[in-house]
Amino acid sequence: MSAQEAAHGAAAAAHGAAPSGGLAIDPMHQFHINTIYPIHIGGFDVSFTNSALWMVIVATAITLLTISGMGKRSLVPGRLQSVAELSYEFVSNMLRDNVGDAGKRFFPFVFTLFMFVLFCNMGGMLPYSFTVTSHIIVTFGLAMFIFLGVTILGFAVHGLHFFHFFVPKGVPALLLPLLVVIEVISYLTRPISLSVRLFANMMAGHTMLKVFAGFVIAMGWMGGFLPLAFMVAFTGLEILVAFLQAYVFAILTCIYLNDALHMH
Amino acid sequence: MPQLDFATFVPQLAWLAIVFLTLYVLMSRIALPRIASVLEGRRDRIAGDLDKAAQSKAQTDAAIAAYEKALAEARAKAHTIAQATRDQLSAETEAKRVAIEAQLNDKIAKAEAAIKATKETALSNVRAVAVDVAGAIVSRLLGEEADKAATERAVDAALKG
Repeated sequence: MSAQEAAHGAAAAAHGAAPSGGLAIDPMHQFHINTIYPIHIGGFDVSFTNSALWMVIVATAITLLTISGMGKRSLVPGRLQSVAELSYEFVSNMLRDNVGDAGKRFFPFVFTLFMFVLFCNMGGMLPYSFTVTSHIIVTFGLAMFIFLGVTILGFAVHGLHFFHFFVPKGVPALLLPLLVVIEVISYLTRPISLSVRLFANMMAGHTMLKVFAGFVIAMGWMGGFLPLAFMVAFTGLEILVAFLQAYVFAILTCIYLNDALHMH
Repeated sequence: MPQLDFATFVPQLAWLAIVFLTLYVLMSRIALPRIASVLEGRRDRIAGDLDKAAQSKAQTDAAIAAYEKALAEARAKAHTIAQATRDQLSAETEAKRVAIEAQLNDKIAKAEAAIKATKETALSNVRAVAVDVAGAIVSRLLGEEADKAATERAVDAALKG
């Protein structure tokens, strides 16, 4: 068995559905969107894809955890109920620390957002799974929704006074035009930085894992253990990153909410 | 790069909107109120239990205070009773002692009187015997009847001497 054949076998095993005839490992193959059930409504393609499948799986898992897990409503919680309560208090504290009591009405949104991103990231760590958040359009869709929502909220709360947000206080008049431009640009790039951070972390981590998985097979029994050991450690790191990026995504949302509600 | 395949954008966004909205509704309508009610119920229960514990502690403290007060009262009462009993007993003993002493003194006095009388009787008998003996001795020695009056005088003188 040649090294290439071995690599191909590994790729097929790792991807679950490797392209037939491909000889080298394609680390980007895991990000392919495959249509499972084609749907077209009014000229739009809204087909049920593997991405949609994993969104549904993630939402189902969250629902099972937070609704079925709380089914018994025990005074002394079991394991699932503990996890559900811990998630609730984690997000609740995050929101209270960053936004204060005014943020309470956005709690369901921040909770849904955090849990959705967290479960998408963690679900991506399962073998043969698809990482919903490794697609820029998904993270950008979420980020853009947050950005627009927060901006509308800012104008709804403060009216035109919200423009003062872009004017830093205690700055020499000479520098002011420059700083206002910088502030506006930094504000407008928020959805981009928010979405790219999550997407790039997820994509880079998963690509890296797949590349090193290729090395393990290519180097065989003789030298494959070194990349394998690296992969084990890197998988641990990726799980940390999966949690951390969900946390960062949620906490930045809280900070943007706070900016809109309280300005600076 | 599959991420830049624009054909996949619309289905992904569409399903993201559907799934996220559904999840939001499920969370905000069912899951979160349920978790909140459980957490609140537990917080209330804990606060209630703490209150109850504080009440029980206050009751215990009151009971201990009452017990200690009763104990102190009982001690004081016992002390009074013991003192009274001791006083009464010593008074009775004293009275008995006095009575017995009086009786003894009486008996001693009677005995002394009897002894004195006996002694006097004995002494007077001794004189009569002495006179008789002296008279008998004199009459044996002299061969004649002794003068009784002289004998009595001599005996009296000897008894006195």
